[in-house]
Amino acid sequence: MGEAIVVTSGKGGVGKTTTTANIGTALALTGKKVCLVDTDIGLRNLDVVMGLENRIIYDLVDVVEENCRLQQALIKDKRFDCLYLLPAAQTKDKSAVEPEQVKKLIHELKQDFDYILIDCPAGIEQGYKNAVAGADQAIVVTTPEISSVRDADRIIGLLEKEENVASPKLVINRIRNHMMVNGESMDVEEIVSILAIDLLGIVVDDDDVIKSSNNGEPVALDPKCKASIAYRNIARRINGETVPLMSLEDQTGVFKKMKKFLGIRG
Amino acid sequence: MTSKQRKAQHVIIKGTKDGLTLLLDDQCSLDALIHELQDKLSEHPDTTSNVHGPVKVKLVIGKRYLDDIQIKELENTFSKEMNVIIDEVDSEVMTKADAEEMKQNNQMTRIVKFIRSGQVLEVKGDIILIGDVNPGATVKATGNIYILGRLRGVAHAGFTGNEEAVICASSMTPSQLRIASIIRRPPENKENETTGQEMECAYLNEENEMLIDKLQKLSSIRPNLTMDIDL
Ligand SMILES: Nc1ncnc2c1ncn2[C@@H]1O[C@H](COP(=O)(O)OP(=O)(O)OP(=O)(O)O)[C@@H](O)[C@H]1O
Ligand SMILES: [Mg+2]
Repeated sequence: MGEAIVVTSGKGGVGKTTTTANIGTALALTGKKVCLVDTDIGLRNLDVVMGLENRIIYDLVDVVEENCRLQQALIKDKRFDCLYLLPAAQTKDKSAVEPEQVKKLIHELKQDFDYILIDCPAGIEQGYKNAVAGADQAIVVTTPEISSVRDADRIIGLLEKEENVASPKLVINRIRNHMMVNGESMDVEEIVSILAIDLLGIVVDDDDVIKSSNNGEPVALDPKCKASIAYRNIARRINGETVPLMSLEDQTGVFKKMKKFLGIRG
Repeated sequence: MTSKQRKAQHVIIKGTKDGLTLLLDDQCSLDALIHELQDKLSEHPDTTSNVHGPVKVKLVIGKRYLDDIQIKELENTFSKEMNVIIDEVDSEVMTKADAEEMKQNNQMTRIVKFIRSGQVLEVKGDIILIGDVNPGATVKATGNIYILGRLRGVAHAGFTGNEEAVICASSMTPSQLRIASIIRRPPENKENETTGQEMECAYLNEENEMLIDKLQKLSSIRPNLTMDIDL
């Protein structure tokens, strides 16, 4: 039986969908059987980022309303035989499904897949409740901005109340190394100290992420790009491997230590 | 006349410099008390009419329990003759609910947790929080707040009005501090800001200004907080 992981953030636009698509792709690269589930009903994006929009026939609401069987709504990825997508409906809204219904559906998927990655909509209302209903694990995505960290903290507080969800893991997205080094944005250490949860990985801000999303080719497919390596490392950590944090943070770390040594407060 | 003398044993009125003290018998019925009080008040002309504002009355009621309605009734008996407020009731008994409340307000709650944005932790009595209070989170206590961790959000000590309450934290960089009804924000200019490097405590001085001081000062600021101990 597989594991369901919800990707959430509280604040919108911090990279939930990007993270879901790329971790999913990276997990598929390691040979795992993966299903991506878009619960952002009414604002679906995951299909676009995966480049699968044209193949949608049925969606999550159709499955819940029993207009089709679950298997009929699953879209197989272009690149991997072990990667599938269950798209959200675009014409309905969040109230079209109930948490219990999503839970049942996720449970069904867990029979066939190693990992189910659930892309959560922004906010803490119905859409969030639907997304976490069937989850066993949670990934909280934040950017190094104060407002994003604040919302992540709020979400972590809510997730900690979910009895079935293990303690959430953190992904810090869109890191701009020079800003952290100059003390213009919060640094990794500071964010982790506030949120006080395990760090699963950090992803740099990278134009390639936007370019590849626009092409419907998740960046994780490109082995040369820095963001891609970050997503692959996250996937390996999810698989239980111990992978050291990327050189980028090492540099930040070393730099910080140097600054501390020199008596400069960052 | 004899019957009046017997009744007269139930209510004793004493004048003090703060107002009146009424010693009320705790064995007779409340009606008997009220009747007797009426009689006494009508016998004695109002000698306090030259005092400005209402006269403060203290009730000493022994082992009798009076609820708010009954106290109001007594106050009304007075107000037919003179302008008074009952500002203190000294009773040797209390209801279970009041006792429970008192117990809660004197207890110490220990919580090991991070309080996160949007969460409100509210307790009766004092709280020891082992963990951080993050920005956007609030901790409230009717008594004192002691935080073994970083206070980055809001702390409200003595929120039901206790101005003696204090807030202590290992690292004091709050977004707001409140004690009773006094609110304090961190200073806007960064220089005067607390650094969060050392343990500090916040309290109200006699002028009801909130001050933040080193934790070492606490025992002199609030000597009652500590138990006696020989070292
Ligand atoms: N590491 C990154 N580097 C550069 N751009 C990124 C990165 N991560 C995400 N983005 C871009 O940020 C934008 C928002 O990302 P995304 O749609 O994944 O966020 P979201 O949290 O799913 O948003 P919503 O709350 O609307 O669902 C997209 O344009 C995406 O390409
Ligand atoms: Mg999204």
